[in-house]
Amino acid sequence: MKKEEVPQDKGNLSNKNMRELVYATDEKGNYTTALSTGWEPKTIALSNSIEEISERIAIAKEQVKNNEVSPICYFMEFSRMDIAVLSSYVGMWQWRVKRHFKPKIFAGLSDKILQKYADAFNISVAELRNFKPH
Amino acid sequence: METNFTHHQSAHCENGVASNLLKHNGLNISEPMVFGIGSGLFFVYLPFLKVNYAPAISYRPLPGQIFNKLAKRLGLKIKRQKFSSEANATKALDENLKNNIPSGLQVGVYNLTYFPDEYRFHFNAHNLVVYGKTETDYLISDPVMENVTTLTHEELNKVRFAKGAFAPRGQIYYPIQIPQNVDLKSAIIKGIKNTCRDMLAPMPIIGVRGIRFVAKQIRKWPIKNGTKKANHYLAQMVRMQEEIGTGGGGFRFIYAAFLEEASVILENGELKILSQEMTTIGDLWRDFAVEASRVYKNRSTKADVYNTIADQLLDIADKEEVFFKKLKKVIS
Repeated sequence: MKKEEVPQDKGNLSNKNMRELVYATDEKGNYTTALSTGWEPKTIALSNSIEEISERIAIAKEQVKNNEVSPICYFMEFSRMDIAVLSSYVGMWQWRVKRHFKPKIFAGLSDKILQKYADAFNISVAELRNFKPH
Repeated sequence: METNFTHHQSAHCENGVASNLLKHNGLNISEPMVFGIGSGLFFVYLPFLKVNYAPAISYRPLPGQIFNKLAKRLGLKIKRQKFSSEANATKALDENLKNNIPSGLQVGVYNLTYFPDEYRFHFNAHNLVVYGKTETDYLISDPVMENVTTLTHEELNKVRFAKGAFAPRGQIYYPIQIPQNVDLKSAIIKGIKNTCRDMLAPMPIIGVRGIRFVAKQIRKWPIKNGTKKANHYLAQMVRMQEEIGTGGGGFRFIYAAFLEEASVILENGELKILSQEMTTIGDLWRDFAVEASRVYKNRSTKADVYNTIADQLLDIADKEEVFFKKLKKVIS
């Protein structure tokens, strides 16, 4: 990539006034560094992932509403986690975390267990227990 | 408390931390040199491992390996510590800062508050340097950022003890011994040999063969998983490839810069020519990213477009195979 070809597209970085460093060649073909505000293919890839997550969050919300899953599932999606990451945060086996997705089981969980989840999601136990999607 | 640390921005976090820490300790070594000697260029495809609900593709070796290999090849000593207790981790870091030792940390990205929200995923192989502490904050030199920044005590604790794959467990590292004279020449040759071996490895998921494997899978994605999932997989691949200089084109350009520097040190003109060739391959990776982004942007449903980009990837694999075979010959 030549230095003058370093992309300066608007993207997720430029919103925060951030620029990343890239290596590119100068007029003589020697390597130098340049700053880039963003590149469209990357921005699209990232938006695709964000969209994917938003969809997952919306589905989880709907499921909580219909009493199909517990709020733990919703907050997991909201925190961009999957079961593996969540189980590692709360220090429980994955099958146990999955079990806590069941609304009936969730209703009977102790404060101590809920606290672990609340800490992982950075919310309070009350927020977790009383989560009501609208 | 503040150490007299100088921040230099870099394209990739681990190279940057290594280069910045060594510069601080009086060994002037560039980011491409760290990357080349530490054999940072890599490719591995792990279809059975899912990251963000897509098959994992890594363009880099395991976290910590670049710096470790660099240290071994230059005869440096690095101290690395992991902690089970958060209090001890804080104590060790504070102790270092008191002794005027800027320290490298492995951290999780999700709670790095200075990153744009879109970049905050549960990814645990990021690196930064802490070079000071105030009443409320730690002073941070994150090599992918233009300028230094800060995190509160609590925030730093959180990123040090992020959980999930590659959990950093508070990992702290810093050079403790640097020899007076380092033998750059032999280190460069070892680094290049290692990279050639990795990229030409006789394993189906590693190096050039790994790239071919992915190309083969891309053709199957839309048929096996439906367009939506296939597009998601592709988007993930491009993210892994191009985000903040990790992978694809970005890595090829750093490697090309390394070969250019190496050609001067080893007084070998052929390396300079190979550097230019690597630049061309880097441009091909970028073309691949552009084509792939068109596919998932337009939500194209034709299976044919997947074949087109798979062909592109195969072409890259072929060129890299030829390239690394040549490189191997030049330094042997």
